[in-house]
Amino acid sequence: MGLTQIAASILTSILVGALTRGAQRTYSLLVLSLLALYWFQPVVPLRSFDFWIPTLTIALLLWIWFVASQPGAWKTKQNITGLLIIIGVVVAVDLTRYLPEPAVTSSMPPRFILLAAFLLMAAGAIVISLPFSRRFAWMLSLVTILLISILIVLKSPALSLQASIFFRTLMDRPTETASALDLRWLGISYIAFRLIHVLRDKQTGRLPELSLPEFAVYVAFFPALSAGPIDRAERFVKDLQQEFVPTTEEFLVAGQRIALGLFKKFVVADTLALVALNDALAVQGNSTGWMWFHLYAYAFQIYFDFSGYTDIAIGLARLVGVKLPENFLAPYAKPNLTQFWNTWHMTLTQWIRAYFFNPFNRWIRGYKFLPAWIMLLIGQLATMLLIGLWHGITWNFVLWGAWHGLGLFLQNRWSDFAKMKISPGNPRAQNALKIGGVLLTFHFVALGWVFFALGKPDLSLRVFLKLFGVG
Amino acid sequence: MEQNKSPINPFRVLLKAGFLLLLFNFAFVFVNLEPLGKLSLYNRLFPGRERFPFGETGDAYNLSLFNLDAMFASHVLAGTEKTPDEYRVLLIGDSSVWGTLLTPEQTLAGQLNAKRFSVCGRRMVRAYNLGYPTISLTKELMILDRALEYQPDMIVWLTTLESFPLDKQFESPLVANNAERVRQLITEYQLPLNPNDPALVEPSTWDQTFVGRRRAVADLVRLQIYGALWTSTGIDQYYPTDYARAQIDLEASKDFHGLKTLQGNLALEVLEAGMSTGIPTLLVNEPILISNGQNSDIRYNFFYPRWAYDEYRRLLAEYASQKGWNYLDLWNLAPMNEFTNSGVHLTPYGESLLAAEVARGIQSVCRAK
Repeated sequence: MGLTQIAASILTSILVGALTRGAQRTYSLLVLSLLALYWFQPVVPLRSFDFWIPTLTIALLLWIWFVASQPGAWKTKQNITGLLIIIGVVVAVDLTRYLPEPAVTSSMPPRFILLAAFLLMAAGAIVISLPFSRRFAWMLSLVTILLISILIVLKSPALSLQASIFFRTLMDRPTETASALDLRWLGISYIAFRLIHVLRDKQTGRLPELSLPEFAVYVAFFPALSAGPIDRAERFVKDLQQEFVPTTEEFLVAGQRIALGLFKKFVVADTLALVALNDALAVQGNSTGWMWFHLYAYAFQIYFDFSGYTDIAIGLARLVGVKLPENFLAPYAKPNLTQFWNTWHMTLTQWIRAYFFNPFNRWIRGYKFLPAWIMLLIGQLATMLLIGLWHGITWNFVLWGAWHGLGLFLQNRWSDFAKMKISPGNPRAQNALKIGGVLLTFHFVALGWVFFALGKPDLSLRVFLKLFGVG
Repeated sequence: MEQNKSPINPFRVLLKAGFLLLLFNFAFVFVNLEPLGKLSLYNRLFPGRERFPFGETGDAYNLSLFNLDAMFASHVLAGTEKTPDEYRVLLIGDSSVWGTLLTPEQTLAGQLNAKRFSVCGRRMVRAYNLGYPTISLTKELMILDRALEYQPDMIVWLTTLESFPLDKQFESPLVANNAERVRQLITEYQLPLNPNDPALVEPSTWDQTFVGRRRAVADLVRLQIYGALWTSTGIDQYYPTDYARAQIDLEASKDFHGLKTLQGNLALEVLEAGMSTGIPTLLVNEPILISNGQNSDIRYNFFYPRWAYDEYRRLLAEYASQKGWNYLDLWNLAPMNEFTNSGVHLTPYGESLLAAEVARGIQSVCRAK
C-alpha cells in the first residue's frame, strides 16, 4: 500500500465507521475490500492480468464459501445480497474500461464478453463441484491442495516463470521477456492462509456458519490485504456482528496507531532501506564493521516496515470496528528464540502452530521408537522450513528456516539443561543473564536475516565471511 | 474516586494539528537551507567524498543537489587540515575532471596524487577534484569562488569550448538553482550576464515553504545517508560494463550554437573573473576527441565543428597571452581511442597522459612564481 492508498483507506474507513451500522457496515466493507483487491493489485506485464488476478481471488473466495457452507445457505437474503454485491463490483470494475482512463485497475480491464464467459465458467465450476463437496470430505482437502499448489507456483521463481511463459504463449505474447515477477498476486500468501484455515476448520467441525458477505470481508479485508495479520474467521466475524459505536476515543486510538505505523514504515523503515543489506552491498561492502552496520539496518528495516504496516492495518480496522490481532510485541527485546517467535509475525506463527506444528507433532509421536529430542528437532525444523518456504521457495529461505529450526531446537535443549543445572542466582545475575539472552537472540536473528535478505546462498556465505573478518 | 476526564474532541485535535502544520510549513520560508548544508556527517563520521555528489543513481549511492555548502561539506577538501608541507591544488572543470566512468583514483586528481610529487620548496602536491558535470564557465566560477576559502596554493582550471557560449551560462541546473549566488558573482566581477535571466530559478513563496522545499530537505538527508554507503563501498558512480562509445561518424553540420563567429559570443569575462582571484592559476584547454570518421573534415567530434574549435583555440591563446595567463593547450593530447562515452571523457590511460602534462604545468607555474 502506498501513501495515496493509505490516505484513501483512512478516509473511507472513517466514513464507513461513522455512517454505517449493522449489515450496512458489512456490505460497505465488502465493496471497499473488493475494490481494494483491484486497486492495490500491482501492475503486471500481462494484458488485463491486474483485473484477472483479483477476479480469480474473488472466484476462489466464492467457490470456497459455497464448498464450506451449509447446503442452500446461499438462498438467504443476506447471502443473495452479498453475491449480487460481489458480482456487481466485478462487473462495475470491468465496465470502467469504457471510461477514458482506467479508474480502479492499473490497466484497461478486459472486454465484458470475456468477463461474462469467465463468470459463467466460474458459476459452472461451483455448481458442478458442490454435490461432490457435500458428499465427499476429501473435496475440502482437494481444494486445500489446490490453494497450496497455487502458492507453490507463485512462490517458486522457476515455476512462476514457467507459468508466465504458459500465459504468454496462451495470449500469443513474446515469451523471451517472461519473468518470475510477472504473476505478482496481491496478498495471496495471506488470502490463501485464511482460506486454508476456513477449510481446515470446516473439516474439523470448528467453523461456525459464516454468511457470504462476512466471509468475503474476512478473506479480503482491505486493511490486512497486503501484509496481514492473519486473523481467525470466528473472531473476525464476531467483531463484524457486534454493534460498533464509533467513539472519539476509538478514533483517537486508531489515529495514533495509524500515525505510528506511517512513521515506522515511511520514515524509519524507508530510510533504513537505503543502507540495509542487499545483494549489491553483499558484494560491494568492504569492511567487517560496515557489513554489521548494513545487517543491523536490515534487521530494523524489516521490523519497522512490517510492524509499521501492521500498525496501519490495525488502526484502519479499528476505524470500522474490527480489532485485528497484534502481530509484533517487541520481538527484538526477547531473551530467547522461542519468545522471539511468539512475538514476531505472531499470527503466522499461531497459524502454523495450529495447522502444522501441532498436527505434525501428534503424528510424529506415533513413531515411538524415536527419541524425544529427535522428534523435537524434526518438528522444529519442519515448522521453520515451512515458514521459510511460505516467504518463497528458494534455497535462501530454506536456509533461513533451517537456521531458525536449529536455533529453536538448541535453545530448547539449553533451557532444559539450564533449568536442571543452573541455580537462579541473585537478581543482578538474572538481569545480566536476561540482557545477555536478549543480545544473543537478537544477533542470532540478525544473522538469520543474512539468508532472508539475499538472493543466493553464495552471497550469504560471502557476507558471513565478511561479518567475521574472513575474506 | 473516579476522575472526570475531559472529553477529547477529534476535530479540535485535527484543527490544532493542521494549524501547527501550516505554521511550520510557512515558517520554513524564513529558514535558509543553504548554510544548513554545512551541517554534515562527512569528514566527521564518514570520510569526505573525493569528488562532489552528482548523479541520480541509487545503486551508485549518489545524488545531485543544488546546495553548494552541502556539496563542499561532503567533500574531502572541507575536512582536510592544510599542513605546511601541503601544496594545495584545486582542479576546476566539468565532467571530464569529475571523472565520468572513472574511479576516484583514475581521475586527474587521483592520478596527480598518485605521482606524489613536490613543488615550490618541497611541498607535496595534493590535488582536489572540484570538477562538476554540466558545462558552463559560470558554474565553474561559482565553485571556484566558493573554494577560495580552503586556502588553495594553485588552481588548475580545465575547460573546453562548450563551456564558453554566453547562452549556455545558466543551463547548468547548479547555476540555475543558485540565483542569489550567481547575482553576487555578476555584481562582484561585473560579468556581462543578465541577473534577471528567466533561466535563473526564482522560487515563489510556496516554493520556499517546507512542502515546496521538501525535495531539497530530503536531498540533504539523503546525502548524509549515502555517506554510510560511500564509506562502506567506496562507490560514488555507476560503472556500466558496456556503454555507447563517443560518436566517431559525425553529421555534416557546421553549426555551433547557431553562431556565425565566436567573437563576442563567448563568456571570456567569466573566465577572466576566475583567473583574477590572486591565486596562481593554470588554465588548461582540455583534450578533445579528434575523429577520423565520417565528416571529420567538417567536425572534430560531436560537439565541435572545426571552424568553431579552431577559432576558439586561436582566441583563447591570444587572450591568455594578452593577459599573461599560465595556459596549456592540450586539445590534441589523447588519441581517439582514449575517449570513453563522450568527446571529452578520457580513459584511465588518457587521464594519465593528461596528468603528466598538468603535473609539468603545475611545476612550471610554481617555478615561474
